[in-house]
Amino acid sequence: MEKRVSFNHRLLPYLLLLPQLAVTAVFFFWPAAQALYQSVLQPDPFGFDNRFVGLSNFQYILSDRYYLEAFGTTAIFSSLVTFISMATALFLAVAADQVIRGANAYKTLIIWPYAVAPAVAGVMWIFMMQPSIGVIAYYMKVAGFRWNPTLDGTHAMALVVLASAWKQISYNFLFFLAGLQAIPRSLIEAAAIDGAGRWLRFRTIIFPLLSPTTFFLLVVNIAYAFFETFGVIHTMTSGGPGRSTTTLVYKVYADGFVGQDLGSSAAQSVILMAVVSLLTIVQFRYIERRVHY
Amino acid sequence: MVERRGIGTILTHLALILGVAVLCFPIYLAFVGSTLSHDEILSVPMPLWPGGQMVENYSQALAAGTQVPVARMLFNSMVMAIGIAAGKIIISILSAYAIVYFRFPFRMLAFWAIFMTLMLPVEVRIVPTYEVAASLGMLNSYSGLILPLIASATATFLYRQFFLTVPEELAEAARVDGAGPVRFFKDILLPLSRTNTAALFVILFIYGWNQYLWPLLVTTRPEMNTVVIGLQQMMPSADDYGNWPVTMAAAILAILPPVAVVVFMQRLFIKGLIESEK
Amino acid sequence: MNMRKFMAVAAVATALVPAMGAVAEAQTQIQWWHGFTGRLAEILDRQVSEFNSSQNEYQVVATPKGTYSETLNAGIAAFRAGEQPHILQVYEVGTATMMAAKGAIKPVHQLMAEAKEPFDPANYLAAVTGYYTTADGEMLSLPYNSSTPVLYINKQALEQAGLDPETTPKTWPEVEEVLTKLKEAGNECPLTTTWQSWVHLENLSAYHNKPFATQQNGFAGTDVELVFNGDLQVRHIEKMSEWAKNGLFVYGGRTGEGAARFRAGECGMMTESSAGYAGVKAEAKFPFAVSSLPYWPDEEGAPFNTIIGGASLWVMSGHEDDEYVGVAKFLSYLSSPEVQARWHQETGYLPITQAAYELTKSQGFYEQNPGTDVAIQQMTGKEPTENSKGLRLGNFDQIRTIIDEELEAVWQGNKEPKAALDEAVERGNQLLRRFEQAAR
Repeated sequence: MEKRVSFNHRLLPYLLLLPQLAVTAVFFFWPAAQALYQSVLQPDPFGFDNRFVGLSNFQYILSDRYYLEAFGTTAIFSSLVTFISMATALFLAVAADQVIRGANAYKTLIIWPYAVAPAVAGVMWIFMMQPSIGVIAYYMKVAGFRWNPTLDGTHAMALVVLASAWKQISYNFLFFLAGLQAIPRSLIEAAAIDGAGRWLRFRTIIFPLLSPTTFFLLVVNIAYAFFETFGVIHTMTSGGPGRSTTTLVYKVYADGFVGQDLGSSAAQSVILMAVVSLLTIVQFRYIERRVHY
Repeated sequence: MVERRGIGTILTHLALILGVAVLCFPIYLAFVGSTLSHDEILSVPMPLWPGGQMVENYSQALAAGTQVPVARMLFNSMVMAIGIAAGKIIISILSAYAIVYFRFPFRMLAFWAIFMTLMLPVEVRIVPTYEVAASLGMLNSYSGLILPLIASATATFLYRQFFLTVPEELAEAARVDGAGPVRFFKDILLPLSRTNTAALFVILFIYGWNQYLWPLLVTTRPEMNTVVIGLQQMMPSADDYGNWPVTMAAAILAILPPVAVVVFMQRLFIKGLIESEK
Repeated sequence: MNMRKFMAVAAVATALVPAMGAVAEAQTQIQWWHGFTGRLAEILDRQVSEFNSSQNEYQVVATPKGTYSETLNAGIAAFRAGEQPHILQVYEVGTATMMAAKGAIKPVHQLMAEAKEPFDPANYLAAVTGYYTTADGEMLSLPYNSSTPVLYINKQALEQAGLDPETTPKTWPEVEEVLTKLKEAGNECPLTTTWQSWVHLENLSAYHNKPFATQQNGFAGTDVELVFNGDLQVRHIEKMSEWAKNGLFVYGGRTGEGAARFRAGECGMMTESSAGYAGVKAEAKFPFAVSSLPYWPDEEGAPFNTIIGGASLWVMSGHEDDEYVGVAKFLSYLSSPEVQARWHQETGYLPITQAAYELTKSQGFYEQNPGTDVAIQQMTGKEPTENSKGLRLGNFDQIRTIIDEELEAVWQGNKEPKAALDEAVERGNQLLRRFEQAAR
């Protein structure tokens, strides 16, 4: 994925990169390295005693018979969140791109749920789905469906998936719409004159031209589902019932931030980063190659 | 536009209306909750139409918590949100330009170094990040609120994706014309990126506005509090019994300012979209 | 948007905002970080402003720092950067973490002695302060908000089931009778609970003088082993599992979620924190009663006392001596009978001194609010034993999560009670070994 045309300048590229690399080095790499270094220590939270323990944190976490289970939970959770939020957003973006009347109103109404802060989103979903007073829970009960996220793992998973996907739809919509607007109208009109129907036009012209945006959103959404959703899980299910909604990052968060077991939390972070790096390389190598530029 | 009329258009509208309804329902419900009395909410199922307790609930929410004038918190949030959005866009567009349009040693290394920031959530590294900010004397300052949060890869990644789709001919033509990299960037790439920049600004502004954990840690003086922190104060404690109407009133208040900004920026955003239409 | 114009407006706005925090420079400032919001934060703020106006040497500044875990993390991060507050509110599961950080804290008994502040541990209710006191009787942190589990009864539900609404079952067998009748009368939620590990294992053990863990529940050392898979605990969980199967017990969630169902009138009875009283009183549209936590009558000597939950105030090290004098004065103020009595009455949390309890009694509060004294009587009925002072376990938060996971498997019917408790003990012990290595 490279430009054939490029500029030659010895100093300029470094100057352009400097601000971002400087900020990243100081506020990401330095603290992140310290956090990850703790994976070979058994630190106490206040920083008095940092004893080197080699790989025993890894040994501990990998000998946890339920740790592997969390990989499966994470895979299911992340694919569902990514798929639901991207598919819904793409559908809405294509629709919003086509209408003329009220287009702005639709766009605003679809974007503004993004304004809901994550902590607030959790509260809103609980309000709606809580078994004893939630309105949706009530109508499910009326319809004869026994909604019980406190004991039924599948229900709990559905709950956190929906809440997490909901939060991300506006984001995806905005970038899909930006991508759609960048597609030259002439192309689509030409196809329409040739008699291509909506679906055919979408499949053969629009979707391929959207693929850079789709790839961007795919990566960002997987990262979101992996890393940004523990707050939702924490407020709604705390990883339960049983371990049914305990994802890898939720465990990192619960052990490190809530429980102050920094060594174990750091070791889990290292494992997680290795997995995600692998996943990213796969994405870039195999999916990006097929992305049409 | 093709197929201006017909059954397809009506279906499209119906689909959009349904989508909007589903998306907005949780917020609508929260709004309804904020206008009811506590008893009305508890009488299952609660009404789906706003009630008459709005003034009471909102004034109760506003009376709670907040130790500083709301204007001050709004100002802090505004500075932080604009700082984060503008800062991220500037550093990202520059570095993406370097990565896509130049050949130089360590190019991919730089990209991956930036990309890595997607992979470690802030909660995991928050204590060491706090120590860095403290050692740089950034506690209780706007730079402390802003800088640590602009180290992120999404914006760089977006610009990279976008630059890759810019036709090669443009850069070639610029080179033939003798335009240097700076002029190409300023006169061609920046205007072309307007749509994406507008979308990104909306997203980043809200991201910055809604930050909670970092401002909570890095500010210890009340006059540096942001609106989101102030609003969190209105929610009942974990130990306390839930006062749903007041909680929902606080939730609605919390989303009002960013919603106002989205609606306001929508104009700007749409303008960007229309102008870039080819 | 015109950025330059905006910035200009912003600059003017900054200039117009009056300089804050410049008040009372001459006073010594004392920082207190806490995890309260909403109604509880208002009550806390009022205590602070009353202290501040009662004298002019010290000024306490109370800053909310989010939830309990966010507050603890803020305190830790600040300590590592040398910016720690004087007082930090820490929830009970963080107790062992704070204790292990010997260089980061100043024990309350030491603070009081150094500041020459009159302080007699005997004035405090041992059942409350015991949780935060060493095996040698030295108070490490000051209990702030403490509560203990009690039984809430929906009188209307009892009446509908043809029972005397004034029935207050004292023992678990008596409870079972009531539950069966409720179920027969069509009640879909005869019993629910909040905080299952705290009520049905931690307190169950203390209440029957059975160890939850070795080493006096962790008070005597860090080489602790969990032992809550004993006969009593297994029997209790087996009974509850049977109830869950027959619809007599309905699980409501890991923390306080179950209380919402009780308040909504769905449940006949509930085991919940005594601090839940305010919520039940505010929401319940039915007459209710508060009764002591049931016990197993065939256990020798039962009932003993229950233990507390909640949070305490830790004094952090690294400040000036004169500031600590102010901290000591503030803690004395918080312990005074008037402040404590008012706190107890307004929030439902337990008073921490005998005097505050007596004062509340003499004010006639318990007569006007029947059931509010159940918790105290339940806690002070007997001298705490080494099994009923409290729990001091490292990684306690994660241990509770493990217990929650295992108990949920029992309520789902996927696991036998004995097997679940054995496994919880085994997994919990691994966490304790980790903590021991880190703390040493």
